[in-house]
Amino acid sequence: MSDAVDGPRPVRFRGGGFRPVSVRGVGVVVFVLLLALIEWGTRAGWISNLTLPRPSDVAATLVALAKSGMLWTHMAPSLTRLAVGSLLGVSAGIGVGVMIGLFSYVRAGLVPLVAALFPIPKIALLPLFVIWFGIDEGSKYALIALGTFTPTVVSTYGAVDNVDRTLVRMGQSFGLSWWSIVRKIVLPGALPGILSGLRVSLAIGIILLVAAEMLGAEYGIGAYILQAGSLYDLERLFAGVVILSVLGVLTSWAIGRVEQRMLRWRV
Amino acid sequence: MDLTLDHITHRYGGMAVLDDIVLDIPAGEILCVIGPSGCGKSTLLRMIGGLEQPDAGRVLQRGPVPEDCLNPLTYVFQDFALLPWRTVAGNVSLVLEDHGLPRARSAQIIADVLARTRLTDFHDALPRQLSGGMKQRVAIARALAVNPAVLLLDEPLSALDSQTRELLMEDLVALWARQPFTGVYVTHNLAEAVRLGHRIAVLSRRPGRLRDVVEIDIPLPERRAGMPELEALQTRLWDLMKEEAMAADQELLHV
Repeated sequence: MSDAVDGPRPVRFRGGGFRPVSVRGVGVVVFVLLLALIEWGTRAGWISNLTLPRPSDVAATLVALAKSGMLWTHMAPSLTRLAVGSLLGVSAGIGVGVMIGLFSYVRAGLVPLVAALFPIPKIALLPLFVIWFGIDEGSKYALIALGTFTPTVVSTYGAVDNVDRTLVRMGQSFGLSWWSIVRKIVLPGALPGILSGLRVSLAIGIILLVAAEMLGAEYGIGAYILQAGSLYDLERLFAGVVILSVLGVLTSWAIGRVEQRMLRWRV
Repeated sequence: MDLTLDHITHRYGGMAVLDDIVLDIPAGEILCVIGPSGCGKSTLLRMIGGLEQPDAGRVLQRGPVPEDCLNPLTYVFQDFALLPWRTVAGNVSLVLEDHGLPRARSAQIIADVLARTRLTDFHDALPRQLSGGMKQRVAIARALAVNPAVLLLDEPLSALDSQTRELLMEDLVALWARQPFTGVYVTHNLAEAVRLGHRIAVLSRRPGRLRDVVEIDIPLPERRAGMPELEALQTRLWDLMKEEAMAADQELLHV
């Protein structure tokens, strides 16, 4: 014991951890393991087929759906609604968010309004929207637009607020015009925050898409899931859910690509 | 173009920051402003460039602005203030774009200022790829691009390590020797002040008053680190400031 205290000994390393590193493939492995577990459980019988459908059956349903051409019949209107609705909501949201970030009067006037709109479950307004915009596509566009609008506004004006003020001061000190400062300093500086807010907004858009289609649509992923649910057809229900998940992953991936392209200057 | 500070007084809230500052800044000369932290020297510099307004007093410009000068009063900031999404050339071009210069003319200006700051090889680099010293050279290149009548330098070397600071000081002296510019150089570093200042204005602690203006006759290019004359001067300045700096250190911050 005593010579252990006196002799040279290496300093114990205690600095690791607390730093996330990207590990490839683990996500896929978890996913596959979970599916394999359910597949095994449903085949062995310790998961009853009333609890969960067999993953292979869901896959077969998806393939059949694709082969019959019905997949596209349901996807096309859903994608259109999502695209039109969120395009309207997001562009209006970015516009209003930037205005709030730039003008004190707009901020004072609109921030409380946005705070009041944000927590309303937009789906509760659907009957109202049906009256305002008609039972057809109009009310669905409006629902998705309003649902993506509020989170986009909040994240956009937050992003504009976070733009480095010393850069704005620099622009003024070189006599740049107001419009140049907005276009060349404020907007690019706010872009990272706007894009990460877009991930949330588009996910909300997908949720509202399904909700809107459940309330009144012949075709669409939401209608498909609702039909399957009322017949307790778990395979089709889960096939619909899988399509939604894939849609979510795809939009998130697309935003990731846009970030990679437009934010190359970040570390 | 000469500048005159005409009885500048300023307060933040109820607290006096600057008290009756009167100073002349003749063309072609670098004036260093030193003082303990919180004495309002950066505030004074922001007033000179029109980024802040004094409560009383005026900053006056006298004499004609040189031709082809795009931005008479031009800053170099302590934290560089480069746009991280623009390349080195893009950051310089930012300050030219609003002036409607022909494309060839701006390209020529950019190439010229990058050459003068030895950055030609880094034309397309992004700020995050550059060291602190290079970033500040980009900021200096950007300031030179508008051909300023007066350069306002706000602790430009304070964010850099001492070796880089020495190198950049030599760069600044070389730039001045090549084409003398008017400069107001705010710093808390006495070594920088005695190396770069033709005159050194010493401010007292809050409220900042002008305590003394020290002139240095040695031409800028002949000054070297560790010259006995400069060392003596630095000691003298430190004696002027020491008690103030100690007292300033003991003050509670109200900002």
